[in-house]
Amino acid sequence: MTEWTLMDRCCDKCWHTAEYPCKHFIRCKVEGPLCHDNPECRSKRRMRLDELRYGRHGFKIRVPISSCTLAAGAREVYEAVRKEVELGNIGADITISGCLGLCYLDPWIELSKRGLPSAIYVKVKAEDVSKILKEYLSGDLSNAFALRSDGSLQFKDYKVPLLNDVAPWANQVKFVSKNCGVVNPESIEDYVALGGFRGLEAVLNLHPKNVIEVIKKSGLRGRGGAGFPTWMKWEIAYSQASDVKYFIVNADEGDPGAFMNRLLAESDPYRVIEGMIIGAYAVGASKGYIFVRAEKPLMAERLSKAVEETRKYGLLGRNILGSGFNFDIEVILSAGAFVCGEETALIAAIEGRTRPRQRPPYPATRGLWDKPTVINNVETVAHVATIFQVGVGEFTKYGTEKSKGTKMFCITGSVKRTGAYEVPIGISLSKLVYDLAGGPPDDRKVKAVQIGGPSGGCIPADLLNTPVDYETLQSAGAIMGSGGVVVIDENSCMVDVAKFFTGFTLAESCGKCFTCRIGMKILYDILNDITEGRGTEEDLDLLNELSDVIMGGSLCALGGTAPNPVKSTLRYFKDEYIAHIKDRKCPAKVCPSLVEYWVDPAKCVGCGLCVKVCPTGSISGERGKPHSIDTARCVKCSQCFITCPQGAIIKR
Amino acid sequence: MGGQMYSNSRSVDEVVAGILSRYSERQHLMRILQEVQFTYGYLPREVLEKISQHTKIPLSEIINVATFYHQYRLEVPGYYIFLVCMGTACHLRGNYDNYNALRSTLGIKKGSTSPDGLVSVEKARCFGCCSLAPVIMVVSRDGNERYLHGNVDMREAKKLALNYKALASRKLKSGGQQ
Repeated sequence: MTEWTLMDRCCDKCWHTAEYPCKHFIRCKVEGPLCHDNPECRSKRRMRLDELRYGRHGFKIRVPISSCTLAAGAREVYEAVRKEVELGNIGADITISGCLGLCYLDPWIELSKRGLPSAIYVKVKAEDVSKILKEYLSGDLSNAFALRSDGSLQFKDYKVPLLNDVAPWANQVKFVSKNCGVVNPESIEDYVALGGFRGLEAVLNLHPKNVIEVIKKSGLRGRGGAGFPTWMKWEIAYSQASDVKYFIVNADEGDPGAFMNRLLAESDPYRVIEGMIIGAYAVGASKGYIFVRAEKPLMAERLSKAVEETRKYGLLGRNILGSGFNFDIEVILSAGAFVCGEETALIAAIEGRTRPRQRPPYPATRGLWDKPTVINNVETVAHVATIFQVGVGEFTKYGTEKSKGTKMFCITGSVKRTGAYEVPIGISLSKLVYDLAGGPPDDRKVKAVQIGGPSGGCIPADLLNTPVDYETLQSAGAIMGSGGVVVIDENSCMVDVAKFFTGFTLAESCGKCFTCRIGMKILYDILNDITEGRGTEEDLDLLNELSDVIMGGSLCALGGTAPNPVKSTLRYFKDEYIAHIKDRKCPAKVCPSLVEYWVDPAKCVGCGLCVKVCPTGSISGERGKPHSIDTARCVKCSQCFITCPQGAIIKR
Repeated sequence: MGGQMYSNSRSVDEVVAGILSRYSERQHLMRILQEVQFTYGYLPREVLEKISQHTKIPLSEIINVATFYHQYRLEVPGYYIFLVCMGTACHLRGNYDNYNALRSTLGIKKGSTSPDGLVSVEKARCFGCCSLAPVIMVVSRDGNERYLHGNVDMREAKKLALNYKALASRKLKSGGQQ
């Protein structure tokens, strides 16, 4: 017999099935039973809730299984834990969880034994597992990274900080990501136990108009890019008279450096589903699609599984929770195209076509198969679910006048603490870069912060006090985008950065508008000339002028924003462009054509390995004595640089 | 997701019939192509022509979709495929150099596959593992193997290229998938 779970019937009196649903199904699971009074049924629930926290043996071990932790070796750690528990006869439940967002500490594990505080161990290696378990069980928590607050236990004896007091955690507001790294992403029961689907249950008692009203009151704006008010999109779709409407969640995360949607959907997929059902109810949609990038297979897997489970318990399908509302979801794989971030291109992809089209009509009036369609991103619908679970006041407490609530940012590049952090909208960039991400490693200096993905802009270090909200960023030449923040230090060349993004959007231009198709190519060629030492001063004016033409003459937001990296680097880092053009030098020593390879005679031992790998025979020297490179013949293939065991080949 | 994995010993007609028994309409074109690629590791011209005949979707339109999206390959890849992340964090930490190091080590001058047909090197979009930048993912063309390598430098890239090349050659010799 399998064990009883919260999702099962407590006794014969419970009659909920997917075909004949009970309105109070969700609340009953946690607070029930509601329709009858039976002490046994009540205690069954209480015991199970306790079990979910500490396991059947009073000891629970969480191992995060998500794309980022797997890449850091979480699978090996999971196997080591499983072996240790089996061989050592330790009474413990091992459960998977999602990601805490503290990527720089991956992989981690969390141990929770009744009577002891929950302890998080970080950068765990498979071979350390045995020692960690022994220590923890003996009550020695000194090697833990942090403890989780529980309220009932005294922590000060342990000399290990509380997670809430650790730097990157303390500066966050965990609203939409509060379950990430806590809940088992493959268990609907775990989600329900933590308050899941309570938002949906409440919504189904409201008129759709009132649901939209709550979202209007929350001031929630789309978290995917432009920050369009969510309620407005919903209201337009709601007011359309149509037999069929669609609700699409865009999980085709394409911004390089932004992975909050993957993290959310992998760590807490049921929240995405719940928010989606709420949105569909509000606008009257009967069919939903989740559009997931094929390059993120685990995200697709978790979402598909969550959809299946949700349907099994009558929270998707016909007559959801007895409300008369019908809605179902299909997960489909995106074949990958950055332009699909544009709503009309995303719709084209689902229809099996290519390229965006003219707007208006907007998808909210004429979208998928010409029916009214709402498209929201993953983080936005996760916010919707959370707002209805905990109340709109909890959301509006944070943020600015025009941009309410919290937002997840992924901070990568030259920082000590890479990760995904949730903060109130409107905090300064420097808080993100220093207080959360710890600033650059090795005492390097921040040169610029690139925000908003390939269509965003670079903000220079002296403007780091800029508050992060939709309007301020725009006036500084960047955009919020989906919230990818890349910190650039003095080892990077800004012209190269601009060229990189231009190359990205050039490759992603769908080719429909010639301004974008040809303009981006010319833009790229000019930048390429500059990085290869063929630039002229007139090029700088041309770059600016061309950027304006591309932005003004392109149909969709891809072309409309693609020159942003060029414009913002020209605005703030003109001196670097000038150095490339006038002095034919790349100050950061990045652009290969403006860099020379040189043998440091102090380090070279004359082993001759570089001579062997050089394809042009441009390295010479006597064995055992320092060699030298004939720069006229060198093709800068970097093979000598890779091969030299002494690190004696230097770029200058 | 994705449907079941077909054996490559099945004839093209069988494979096409199998896919079209589940998806046959114009609106399912993406799914049809995804299943074809899942079966063969790429989109063979012959299969696309058959699909066009059966579904009455013009071949030009199928090719339009197949060339527009990154996921689809029109040429047979090597046994192992290096997917070099070209996201921002990976670029800043030198993945373009790694990309070139892989290509030069494997002797790839034109296209994306090594002259011996064992290994391919492709540029990929962000995998969302930016904390491990620069990242290189290696997948086998049958989709059964998937390895992620983080914090790769040029030396490591060279090593990876040689290791996977040797592995591919061993697997193909031992009568693995053609």
